[in-house]
Amino acid sequence: MRLDRNTFLSIAVMALFGLMLVQAETFLGDYQIYIVKLIFINAILALSLNLIYGFTGMFSLGHAGFIAIGAYVSALCILSPEQKEMMWILEPIIWPFSTLFTPFWVSVLAGGAVAALCALVIALPVLRLGDDYLGIATLGFAEIIRVVIVNATPVTNGSLGIKGIPGHATLLSCYGWTLFTLIVLARLVFSNFGNVLRCIRDNEIAARVMGINVFCYKVLSFCLGAFFAGIGGALLGTHLSTIDPKMFNFLLTFNVLMFVVAGGLGSLTGSLLGAAIITVLLEWLRAIEEPMNLGFVELPGIPGMRMVVFSLVLLGIILYRREGIMGTRELTWKSLGTLFGRGKQ
Amino acid sequence: MSDGILPAEAESADALLLASDVTMRFGGVTAVSRLNLTLSKGSIAGIIGPNGAGKTTAFNVLSGFYTPQEGSVVFDGVNIRGKSPADICRLGMARTFQNIRLSGQMTVLENIMVGCHVRRRCPWWMAPLGFPAFYREEEEIRTKGQRLAERVHLAENLDDQAGSLPYGAQRRLEIARALATEPKLLLLDEPAAGMNPQESLELMHFIGHIRDEFDLTILLIEHDMKVVMGVCQYIWVMEYGALIAQGEPDDIRRNPDVIRAYLGEEASPGSVL
Repeated sequence: MRLDRNTFLSIAVMALFGLMLVQAETFLGDYQIYIVKLIFINAILALSLNLIYGFTGMFSLGHAGFIAIGAYVSALCILSPEQKEMMWILEPIIWPFSTLFTPFWVSVLAGGAVAALCALVIALPVLRLGDDYLGIATLGFAEIIRVVIVNATPVTNGSLGIKGIPGHATLLSCYGWTLFTLIVLARLVFSNFGNVLRCIRDNEIAARVMGINVFCYKVLSFCLGAFFAGIGGALLGTHLSTIDPKMFNFLLTFNVLMFVVAGGLGSLTGSLLGAAIITVLLEWLRAIEEPMNLGFVELPGIPGMRMVVFSLVLLGIILYRREGIMGTRELTWKSLGTLFGRGKQ
Repeated sequence: MSDGILPAEAESADALLLASDVTMRFGGVTAVSRLNLTLSKGSIAGIIGPNGAGKTTAFNVLSGFYTPQEGSVVFDGVNIRGKSPADICRLGMARTFQNIRLSGQMTVLENIMVGCHVRRRCPWWMAPLGFPAFYREEEEIRTKGQRLAERVHLAENLDDQAGSLPYGAQRRLEIARALATEPKLLLLDEPAAGMNPQESLELMHFIGHIRDEFDLTILLIEHDMKVVMGVCQYIWVMEYGALIAQGEPDDIRRNPDVIRAYLGEEASPGSVL
């Protein structure tokens, strides 16, 4: 690839942003840093689901399952053997996992790899289903993963979960993994491979006639999506420092689905924007759950109120901007140029 | 029938496509019954017949969407009965559809580039790793797509969404995408459907030109008699799933069975055809 002006600009912006994050602790509080990290992790999750649903058109609701696999595998890799021995109080941890101890980046990649492997196993039967049936089957798969985690106590510590996962997911490493995901997916999606995936989404029969082995590419896209979901899950685990099976229920899938749909199905930059805006919004809306004093009347805090407001915001998006923030378009330097060019006139 | 020697082999040494006794049933309905076709290299041939005669089913059998209950299809020396549409495309057969099948949200160029994919040498995993060979090939595919778009007069619409093009342009785009797979045989399912007389006339010339330029053999289904008679060197006529006549355009025009099939019993020969 030649280094043209736009690539140069992108690299410059990425580097500048990285530098800013190095200095972030000087101007951001702990809470803000926590949120920024969450944005990065959510962006990875949104990007991975967008590959499966937005670009290839497979309505998969199994994302929480892949995230759980990534989180658990990396947690098992990253905890020291002593920690594990202390934590597994119901049943002692069994052999290969008890001695497993790897560096952070290996554990993240392992989380992704195991998630991709599980995706491969379920893809072979499940991807023969179309549309809604695929959604149901993958939703079932995610629940199976959760139930297995609850019951496989010698490996997963059952419903007690895993606590005290070392917080290796610093701001910079979250940023790095997000960049890694973004660059890999962008290179795939903006090559002819991306055209093939979109053709499968829009018109499967046409794709078959064009000599494309549709099933093979669907499996590939599904596994790649699961791989990055596993990476996101691994980061989520170290970010929160504690994981338990209840975290990975279907609500997590719907959260990720929300990022993707709000950002725009089939737009990578849309997923980034969707993840950032919704994560911030969800935190910001916490304010309305607190007791409010309007001067003449004191309102008690209502837990769950933010989800009500949030649903209204989503309804607004669906009513007035059905294709999401970006639609299938991408935020490029060219489109930014025309946007600001128009602004000047 | 087995994969072995086929009956009509002696007379068809230069045959590109050879269908023998192909029968396709859906439940109790026989959509295609004992169809025999021999298509020689470099020719333009047509299948005509009234609505529901089984023409599109015959196309679907040839391109691998259906596996016929009986008979065999040999394409370029390979028995393709039971092969998938993707494999058949790889062997060098491309087709278009009666109801246009494009990716409406993708641009004209992207649609054509999808067609180029089947001849691609570099595998997908080279893309994220940044292999120079992958990007060179990517550039080749882009240039090839642009050239094909120019060939079907869509050079100015490269970045337009395929779904926003007028009907005739969408048909040409579908042909360009089929050509991108570098076929030896091109199946066109009603290429002139929905075109005005001027457009059909242009299409006739166009079909002749691409045959010469890309060294193709073309088989088409068509209702527009002007197009069929003007462009085809050989015609098969189907009715109720069976062949009722075959021959050169002039013979078909005078064939009483064909006239009966199209116009009913009382019509006088040559009145419309």
